[in-house]
Amino acid sequence: MSTILDPTDEREPVGRQRSRRPEQISGTVGLLDISKPRGNVLLDRLEELIGERLPEVEVRRYIKPTFTKPAPDELLRKMAGEVDFVIEGLAD
Amino acid sequence: MASLPAFSLRDQSAGERRFPSGRPALLVFVKEDCPTCRTSMPLIEGAHRAFGAGVDVWAVGQEAEGNAALVERYGLTLPMLDDSELGVSFRYDLDTVPTVLLAGADGAELRRFVGFGRDDWRSLYAQLGELSGAAAPPVEWGDYPESEPGCGARNVEPGIAERLTALAEGSPLLARRIEIGSADDPDEFMFDQGFSDGLPVVAPTPERVLRMLGGTKRDAQEVVAVVPPNMAPATVEKVAINAVLAGCRPEYLPVVIASLEAACTDTFNAHGVWATTMGASPAMIVNGPIRDRIGMNSGLGALGQGNRANATIGRALRLVLRNVGGAKPGGTERSTLGSPAKFTLTFAEWEERSPWTPLHVDRGYAPEQSVVTLFPASPGPLVSMDQTSRSAEPLAGSLAMSLQAMMHPKSGGRDTLLIVTPEHVDTLWRDGWTKERLAGRLWELTHRPLRELIADERSGVGRPLEEFGPDGPTEEQLDELIPKFDSPQRLHIVVAGSEAGKITAIFPGWGSQVQSQVIEDVV
Repeated sequence: MSTILDPTDEREPVGRQRSRRPEQISGTVGLLDISKPRGNVLLDRLEELIGERLPEVEVRRYIKPTFTKPAPDELLRKMAGEVDFVIEGLAD
Repeated sequence: MASLPAFSLRDQSAGERRFPSGRPALLVFVKEDCPTCRTSMPLIEGAHRAFGAGVDVWAVGQEAEGNAALVERYGLTLPMLDDSELGVSFRYDLDTVPTVLLAGADGAELRRFVGFGRDDWRSLYAQLGELSGAAAPPVEWGDYPESEPGCGARNVEPGIAERLTALAEGSPLLARRIEIGSADDPDEFMFDQGFSDGLPVVAPTPERVLRMLGGTKRDAQEVVAVVPPNMAPATVEKVAINAVLAGCRPEYLPVVIASLEAACTDTFNAHGVWATTMGASPAMIVNGPIRDRIGMNSGLGALGQGNRANATIGRALRLVLRNVGGAKPGGTERSTLGSPAKFTLTFAEWEERSPWTPLHVDRGYAPEQSVVTLFPASPGPLVSMDQTSRSAEPLAGSLAMSLQAMMHPKSGGRDTLLIVTPEHVDTLWRDGWTKERLAGRLWELTHRPLRELIADERSGVGRPLEEFGPDGPTEEQLDELIPKFDSPQRLHIVVAGSEAGKITAIFPGWGSQVQSQVIEDVV
């Protein structure tokens, strides 16, 4: 990880390259709890719904140590290696 | 228990509130968009009304607009302190709102809880009753939930936390920090973000930007200029970041800063220079002692590649306009063809090789001052080549013919930059010609009779015949000599280039004016 300082007037969020969006959900879906209160409530419900509607999809759960900092590299690498999709519960 | 940090904040009536005040205090940090804070508000206000005579009950709000909304919605009479700058929240190391803190008269922490807990509030009310000597008011506790978790405090949101840390540590770097993932290529990432003019840029790491800031004595957060087209303020820090991107050394930074100051004036009108279809771009001429100190090139290939200062100073100015001002091709930069000068165009005058006064002295500065002059150059240069004139008069005649053709032989000229190279200088100086004499003679020689300047079938450019009434111009009018330039002062003359080559380079101007700026002396 390297850090640079933003050369712009900071009016625009930093753009990130997005990977291609697949047509269908298949394989493994990761549910990432960022450790904000009640994120688990949302993700539990999502896991339930995925189980009902997409029974062939495997769900794995991940958790960030704290919502106040970016996810550790190790966690990002682990998720990147294990799942095809990530759903992250943001905000409160 | 430990003492809570002292602070001073303004309440909703702009009154100053200092903690500790000498009375026990209940401090509740809140933000309006947090449902748990909203659940807590009636109890905070209730505590103020019941116990306020003996205990300071203060809400500390994290957003100015949200604070006002809370005051209105809950009819708050308690002091709502404005911590929208988040300095107090940072020092209190909050990560959750609401955070409820009870402090003794000396500021010592007596009690703390986060989120909402009915039992916490119940026993807090009892404790407030003891501290204030007032009776606890009746509360319908059954109307409140047993517990609710809190929400993330604003001061720990990504982007804000780093800024607050930098402020607390007295760091001059307050720009947003961008993390580039370990799997990303930083060079490619910067291209993707649009930070570059198309050539590779140097990653503006905090270390490099700090080193760059060492090139100036100015405060990193001082605003250098409001940069068009977005009219965004550019701090010294932002200029330094772009100077790193451009490849500058720290000692170039004062030239970049002065260039930006000159560009962002009404006179120079950077907005227009960048936006015009013409493809204009500033030709930046550096005069004075800084030229040698930073190793600028005024000789062989002065307008070309190969010298870091020449190449990167002009590039840095353009990157500030692009990144801070938002001037991008296809956006507000709408040049028909563009120009290589859109990347960079900076050089030094070879003052020592010139028998004439240098440009900055012509423009009213002292010889020992370092000055950058921005000339609004339309694409060029045109090269006027005369290898055969052996005296000043025919050489001036040649230059005048080239000037006459500039833009169009029938159109008027604006401010014009002539870069006279040493061999041409020698030819002129052998006959004792001063700069003033050269400019005056070129002005005379570029007069043409009106009959050559009328729009006609050969060329649609020129004065329309209708301008002269139904009978057209008289013979007398057609013979009248019309100047290409409205005065000899339109011709700006500098000396640069190598010893070999009998050429003078000409940059046509554009619709804004020449602007000079003194460069900060950091020695």
